[in-house]
Amino acid sequence: MATVGSGKFERSTSLLQDALAGRRLPRWGVGAVGLTSLLAAYLLNVLTVVDGVAGTFLVAVLLFVIGQTGWSFTVEGRRHAVDRLATTTVYAAFLIAVTPLVAVLGTVLVKGFPVFSAQFFTTSMRNVSPRSEGGGLYHALIGTLEQVGLAALIGVPIGVLAAVYLVEYAPEAKSRRLSSAISFFVDVMTGVPSVVIGLFIYTAFILTLGLPRSGFAASLALAILMLPVIVRTTEEMLRLVPRDLRESSLALGIPRWKTILKVVLPTALGGIITGAMLSIARVAGETAPLLLTTFLSQSINSNPFKGPQAALPTFIWDQFTSGTDASRARAWGGALTLIVLIMILYAGAKVIARLTGAKKS
Amino acid sequence: MSSTRELPATPAPTASSGIKGKSVRRGDTVFRGLSRIAGIAILLTMSLIALFLVWRSIPSFTVNTANFFTTSEWFPDQTPPVFGIAALAFGTLMTSIIAMILAVPVGIGVALFISHYAHRRMSAILAFSTDLLAAVPSIIFGMWGLEFLTPHMQGLGQWLNDYLGFIPIFRNDLGQYSKSIFIAGVVLAIMILPTISALSREVFTQVPRGNIEASLALGATRWEMVRQAIFPFAKPGMISAAMLGLGRALGETIAVALILSASNSINWHFTEPGGNTFAANIALRWNEAGSTGLSALIASGLVLFIITLVVNVVARGIISRHAEFRGGN
Repeated sequence: MATVGSGKFERSTSLLQDALAGRRLPRWGVGAVGLTSLLAAYLLNVLTVVDGVAGTFLVAVLLFVIGQTGWSFTVEGRRHAVDRLATTTVYAAFLIAVTPLVAVLGTVLVKGFPVFSAQFFTTSMRNVSPRSEGGGLYHALIGTLEQVGLAALIGVPIGVLAAVYLVEYAPEAKSRRLSSAISFFVDVMTGVPSVVIGLFIYTAFILTLGLPRSGFAASLALAILMLPVIVRTTEEMLRLVPRDLRESSLALGIPRWKTILKVVLPTALGGIITGAMLSIARVAGETAPLLLTTFLSQSINSNPFKGPQAALPTFIWDQFTSGTDASRARAWGGALTLIVLIMILYAGAKVIARLTGAKKS
Repeated sequence: MSSTRELPATPAPTASSGIKGKSVRRGDTVFRGLSRIAGIAILLTMSLIALFLVWRSIPSFTVNTANFFTTSEWFPDQTPPVFGIAALAFGTLMTSIIAMILAVPVGIGVALFISHYAHRRMSAILAFSTDLLAAVPSIIFGMWGLEFLTPHMQGLGQWLNDYLGFIPIFRNDLGQYSKSIFIAGVVLAIMILPTISALSREVFTQVPRGNIEASLALGATRWEMVRQAIFPFAKPGMISAAMLGLGRALGETIAVALILSASNSINWHFTEPGGNTFAANIALRWNEAGSTGLSALIASGLVLFIITLVVNVVARGIISRHAEFRGGN
């Protein structure tokens, strides 16, 4: 089909394209530069001082950035070169963020799993010296479950009620100032360090009210730490409940409080449970407040109101700082147990969120 | 705030309340009162924290023979008691600054990646996995930092010393690179990364679609779109995200307590072992402290509380002044 005009025509379209969209790197450009720089880095690794996996990878990334940006600059111009550089940086940022996650989870798994045995979960550390192997975290597991459970019993009702106040009652006149203060300080409370909360429980309940250092004191601290998360998620869920539901109920002559209890809260229940579980997951690993409000213990104590009670985080702290090989191994075993516990809570929260069709986390 | 359009407080004083009479209103009063109390309990807790910390730290202030703010030593239980927060403030600030320098750019990059670069389906998974990072307890980061990260940081510390050693802070005269403020800062950076990226991500996704598409339609590259449409809109949100991250870094306890070899001295060579922070100091000295010691630790906790409070109030203030971040959905 070669006619005389076609060559001219093609040239003019490509000129037009250049004018409109500019010349671009070919689609395979990025891959080619990537492969080349990997290869070059490998060669440098073999031939020169560049050493180690991390170093080689770093050199490869550098070569990639230089190669791609340079090529793009000559072909596409400055704007696209900058764009490509930015894209590479953003991707790199993500990789940098994922690496520690993988490294942390990997380390915990590798170091923690060998310790796992039936005995590890069914015995305490009573009469086990830090040097000897054996022993377990049964006492700590009981402690954590009880302390976190108690904390949830205290924190969830208060948090949910506060959220109900903010969403259902606060919009009515008068109380605006109060509600905006509550709302603001819930946010600020999220940022109060857990160690400060521990200090507060110590000064207020242990020094002043004479409560013994116990699992219950720890639960109080954990409950305060849970509060802001519960209030926020519940608030969000309540705001998602359609107004029509409330109005239809009120129009049937059902009092306000019953409407909230029987219509609004059940509708938002899935989301509220999700929020509660996330907040539990958040506080289950808190160590600092427990160190200030409980005594470390090596024995089983199922009464959180009396005597020293262990918990998983303090168990890990105790074993890790004991510093022997056997105790450090137990600490990693405890860490893996703790992570598994938290992941179960997380996954449970996600499943509930999905089942109940709640929109947010 | 359209979703919270006013509902009548109590059923209007018409037929229904006339028929049912008081029982309806009593239930309402009780429930309303309960929820109000729960709300007030939160305010009360915050003020009680301040109150009790002040009250219980007074004894240590009265017996302290050194200047609380300029002294580095921490010997509250000897006679006469000598202690101060200078070294703690230094360590806290240094670790947090290192954490911020590392975590803010990366966190914002991650947020951008998830909100505007990654594939839509993938971004949900990615968001979840960065949230997982937030779920890992502090103590595990500490153990990881000590056993896994420290050996890997040796080379970097050495490199800084060899090539940038002419700048005093990078010099390392001891040849030891473990248990340093630098490593603590890196671990803190990892720990505050999810906070920063989650919040920035939230703001990035609220940028009006129209702004983005207008920018792209004018021929902007993706990066130019980010700079023209996303960053200006999200700037206050990014700033407060960074500040909330800072708040977390300032108060992190156990990870830092495990990593640092606690010493209450000011050492500008941040790759050398040593240093201490407010929070780590409290955790490490708690069980061996006498009554003045406890009071002194509470005093340092009070300082930490005030600092984090200021940081958080400012950060939240920035967010709530820009109401567009809160509505949206």
